[in-house]
Amino acid sequence: MAIKVLIPTPLRPYAGKQSSVEVTGKTVGEALNSLVAQHPELRKHLFAEDGKLRSFVNVYLNDEDIRYLERDSTPATETDTISIVPSVAGGV
Amino acid sequence: MALRIHKTLLGQVRNHGEQTYPHECCGVLVGEIDDTANKTVQSVVACGNTRTDSPQNRYHISPAELVRIQREAALAGLDIVGFYHSHPDWPAKWSSTDLEEAHWTGCSYVITSVENGKAVLTNSFLLLGEEQTKHFEDEAIEVDETIQEQQSR
Repeated sequence: MAIKVLIPTPLRPYAGKQSSVEVTGKTVGEALNSLVAQHPELRKHLFAEDGKLRSFVNVYLNDEDIRYLERDSTPATETDTISIVPSVAGGV
Repeated sequence: MALRIHKTLLGQVRNHGEQTYPHECCGVLVGEIDDTANKTVQSVVACGNTRTDSPQNRYHISPAELVRIQREAALAGLDIVGFYHSHPDWPAKWSSTDLEEAHWTGCSYVITSVENGKAVLTNSFLLLGEEQTKHFEDEAIEVDETIQEQQSR
């Protein structure tokens, strides 16, 4: 068993065209590191140069925004699903 | 590249803009996408506009709502293929804010102009490039009555 990461449509080209990737780790941060280790091209699309998540990239553990949990240190288990969703906004 | 959508679903998109006028509406297009960025919309998911501070000229979809929609689409073997919003009393073309806030490369951004409460024009724009080079290109909307609508929400 592994943690499932759902990949949003715009990042699929950098994740072997897969809609989900199975990763390992005990925290969300470790899981994301496992993800970019498997698919290095994803790194620049997820993380800024300072190593932090890009401002418009939202990461959820199941139904919770990790910003309101323990961010990268949020514990994750094999029954969890991590979702990556870039923000959607705009206006005139 | 084109966006194929059943006329009933396109009607839902346009009606949503009329319902929320003079505020902007927003929602998600779920369907199938191929390697050449051709998309077929199977369902339209109306979302709430969380920009309650300035809903007449801004929209924002809750990430929690996107997570739920993305998860349900995956279970159905579908993808998020685009988004829609309205421009109350403003043309159906993308604005600098729309481009600045767009991050779903390869997806369609559909905009409906709503004038005095009535939906007028609906246009689609395809987001291309990477974050530093992103840009919109005009995209044809093909209204297709043969598409089997999977689930209307």
